[in-house]
Amino acid sequence: METAVFALFAFLALGSALVVVVHRNPIYSLMSLVLTLFSVAVLFVLLGAPFIAALQVLIYAGAILVLFLFVVMLLNLQREESPGGQAAQRWAAVLGAGLFGGMLATLFWRTYREVDTAPLSERLVSLHALARALFEEMLLPFEIVGLLLLVAVVAATVLARRVEP
Amino acid sequence: MSDDLAITVAKMAVMLGIMFNVAPIMNWVERRAAALIQDRPGPNRVGPLGLFQPLADAVKFLFKEDLTPNNVDKPLYLMAPVLALLPAFSTYTVIPFGPDLTIDGRTVRLVVADVDAGVLLFLALSSLGVYSMVIAGYASNNKFSLIAGIRASAQMVSYELALTVAVVATLMPVGSFHLGDVVAYQREHLWMALTQPIGFLVFIVCAFAETNRLPFDLAEAESELIAGFHTEYSAMRFAAFFMAEYTSMAALSALGVTLYLGGWSLPGVDLQGWPGAALGVAVLVGKIALCMMVFVWVRWSVPRFRYDQLMRLGWKVLLPLALLNAVAVAAMVLAGWL
Repeated sequence: METAVFALFAFLALGSALVVVVHRNPIYSLMSLVLTLFSVAVLFVLLGAPFIAALQVLIYAGAILVLFLFVVMLLNLQREESPGGQAAQRWAAVLGAGLFGGMLATLFWRTYREVDTAPLSERLVSLHALARALFEEMLLPFEIVGLLLLVAVVAATVLARRVEP
Repeated sequence: MSDDLAITVAKMAVMLGIMFNVAPIMNWVERRAAALIQDRPGPNRVGPLGLFQPLADAVKFLFKEDLTPNNVDKPLYLMAPVLALLPAFSTYTVIPFGPDLTIDGRTVRLVVADVDAGVLLFLALSSLGVYSMVIAGYASNNKFSLIAGIRASAQMVSYELALTVAVVATLMPVGSFHLGDVVAYQREHLWMALTQPIGFLVFIVCAFAETNRLPFDLAEAESELIAGFHTEYSAMRFAAFFMAEYTSMAALSALGVTLYLGGWSLPGVDLQGWPGAALGVAVLVGKIALCMMVFVWVRWSVPRFRYDQLMRLGWKVLLPLALLNAVAVAAMVLAGWL
């Protein structure tokens, strides 16, 4: 059961990620990206981290991509034209990608063939444990990241502000 | 989490039974209440008090011609109504609707999905609702719909922030993301609406914006945008948007009731066992119904905001208020007052 769910959503994530890259209409790419993020969220649940899954959907699919969509629609992007290119170029690209993919596949096969397939989630990562880790052990990095985000917000505001003459 | 399939199905039946009936009932309530407020009779021909009007409307929606305009982006156009229904009919799963029951010596918690991060799951699913509006607006290939879609996307993102921060403040004294724990906390202490009135206010205002209801229904503003994002939709596809709107209102009301108004519990009444469960469901439905009445009441009393006013209210008033509220609650929790 779990393996089936994993396989389904892993393929969904990969397939929709592919659509994101190859589709010519930016809106379709964006919606595929939503599907990718959603599928990855399901994989997080299978790994025993429902909290991360919820955050993934809430922040990425629910907020950031909505902003992307807003920008895409505001800029009125059209379908991308086919890049064209010569036949030889295209065959070379296919060959290169095939070689690279083949090498990667061999590498993964060699590395992970021996690893036994344990059940995906033995136990849930509890919110409590996550909060403890975040606010006790990782407190300093956490605060620094917060500061970094604040700086980014200030910088964005300064850049976006129209200078009155 | 380890309930039998039968128990899970039964629990889903209870909640789905409530959620599926929201739209037809609200169809009647909204029109009758609007008529009452505007001092006119309203739909009163079909059945006693016009009560069978929703049935007539349903039949009408089913038999109307399902038009698909020529120049729409077909896959997205067909997908949008489905996307609208998806979050509306999935968020109810984390709402607890009664006390723990003991069946065959096992404890059954009366909530469909008994997950730790229940509140987050609710927010995550409901945050996906905006896609239906934006996609419908884009796919319709119509400038009014497109403007509506753009408006919807900016509005949702702005108000979701304040809503989430207000919700976080209610979780601080409870110390849990589980909605069942929030209800349990409110059974022992005061209702959250009394201890966090500012957060409650922010939540209500954001709920109106999130469900796209007047005074914040800028995405369908009929005086400017015809019918906004669903201008090009007809028959059942239009009905799907209609149902999604009322169902999300009910779902968000259920969240609000659970967080701020004690959920299925009644102060001073000890609900237990089967009678308690039945009463719990009734109390929850009653509280949701009250919230829905407020939605209707406000819709027919308050005029629509202008778009810039809407954004200003979201970012410059509600978000700072929500943040202040969260900081104040955190301080009070630290001081041990809550």
